[in-house]
Amino acid sequence: MTAAAPAPPAATSAATSAPVTKQPPAEAPPGRIVYDFVIPARAPWSHVVRRDQTLRVIDLEGNQAVDCILYSAADPAERYSSCETIAAQRNIFLTTGTVLMSNEGNAMMTLTADTCGRHDTTGGACSCESNTLRYGHHTKHQHACVDNFLHELGKFGLGKRDMVSNINWFMNVPVEADGALGIVDGISGSGKYLDLRAEMDTLVVISNCPQINNPCNGFNPTPVRVVVTEAN
Amino acid sequence: MTQQQTPVPQQQQPNLSTPLRARDHARAQGRTLVRAMPTIPASDAVDVPPGVAPADVVWDETLDAGDYCARVLKRGTRARLIDLDGDACANVLLYNADRPVERLNVADTVKVQWNAYLGPGNLLLSDMGRVLASITADTSGRHDTFCGASNERSNARKYGHGENHGPHPNARDRFALALAKFGLGRKDIPANVNFFKHVKVEPDGSLTFVGGVGAKGEYVELRAEMNVLLVVANTPHVLDPRPTYTASPLRVLAHRGPVTPPDDPVRTATPEALRAFENTEDYYLS
Repeated sequence: MTAAAPAPPAATSAATSAPVTKQPPAEAPPGRIVYDFVIPARAPWSHVVRRDQTLRVIDLEGNQAVDCILYSAADPAERYSSCETIAAQRNIFLTTGTVLMSNEGNAMMTLTADTCGRHDTTGGACSCESNTLRYGHHTKHQHACVDNFLHELGKFGLGKRDMVSNINWFMNVPVEADGALGIVDGISGSGKYLDLRAEMDTLVVISNCPQINNPCNGFNPTPVRVVVTEAN
Repeated sequence: MTQQQTPVPQQQQPNLSTPLRARDHARAQGRTLVRAMPTIPASDAVDVPPGVAPADVVWDETLDAGDYCARVLKRGTRARLIDLDGDACANVLLYNADRPVERLNVADTVKVQWNAYLGPGNLLLSDMGRVLASITADTSGRHDTFCGASNERSNARKYGHGENHGPHPNARDRFALALAKFGLGRKDIPANVNFFKHVKVEPDGSLTFVGGVGAKGEYVELRAEMNVLLVVANTPHVLDPRPTYTASPLRVLAHRGPVTPPDDPVRTATPEALRAFENTEDYYLS
């Protein structure tokens, strides 16, 4: 939990990492870039974003779900709560202005920009196990976000007890009048991004979703880019 | 809470100057009946569902506003959550009792069943692709899978203070206490479901607090499909707009029952449900 901000922390998935991109994103985030990384398709990733730094997540090729959980770097028992976030803003969708809340009722990060429009926090993360219910037992051994999360959390001494309902950046999950809910065609596109300002030192853990059985990734998982900036 | 916090009025202060006097005074309090308490032995429970033999009742406990309870229920047990006076809010968590690292996953529950509004025939799914419990009866139909539990801060905002020891205990702290007695902690609190208080999602994603039916005696029956740890807190819903901390008594009444048979209509209702039951049955093979 002590990873320094500028250098890619030990927790970054070195074995599967793509080379750090040197060029700034097409639409440069404000401030000085202190970290810049392309998360390969299907890969997990983590990084501590310090208070007042901003994390930009960029959907490079479009319609790529980015599963995400936040932990307080100081005390990972405090972590993102979808329920608290939804109840606090009285809306199930995340967009500009949304404050991502912890299970103890504290602000963790604020969505300061969002060119996609809205994001999901009710659909949860795909898992090998739930895939068997959703699609059939033939999907048991496909890559899944929960395995990515467990792999990444292990680097911090965290585990399955630390899994909670997550955020799905760029994923579209409407709820209809009768309660019907489902992951449907995405509304994101190439180059869409969101900015998250850290309100506390936050361990951000991402699974770049490997799901191939529904439209959350357009049936084709692709890389996403993460850029951390801070005030000049 | 109300019951425990109201001192019993006494005619005059008794003389409790010796251990034996104190003992007799303590013993004289036995068999006191209050609104919110467990029935021990459970077979003494009254107003049990038709056809249920007293000897099959395994748990009968009533929770007042702010109270919590937790219990391990064997596979096949039917647990009724009864909204006695029509204004309870049952905050509920479920775990695999034999291996509690497996627990309720609300996201999977709504996603796998393609619906966010719980009702009869729905399943409460674990994070391991199995059924922890199914909803075998539901006279309310007013539930919530989005808003989770109140916490100290949210109760403080609404009621002035939300500490566990105060008059407005929050659901999260109640869950933590219940879990601590099973060796679990605050890390083990996932998103929960709330029975008897409905929250509606509007087309723009915004939430409307609908609340309950308000009728006395509405109930939800959960059938344990695994050996489960059931945790219940009766605390006001986090979006309940009333400025006063309000929850009427909630009764939990459980009785033994058979493990779900292969032709059970809930088990076979959908392909997803069938696979969830198949996964559960597979788990108990070894």
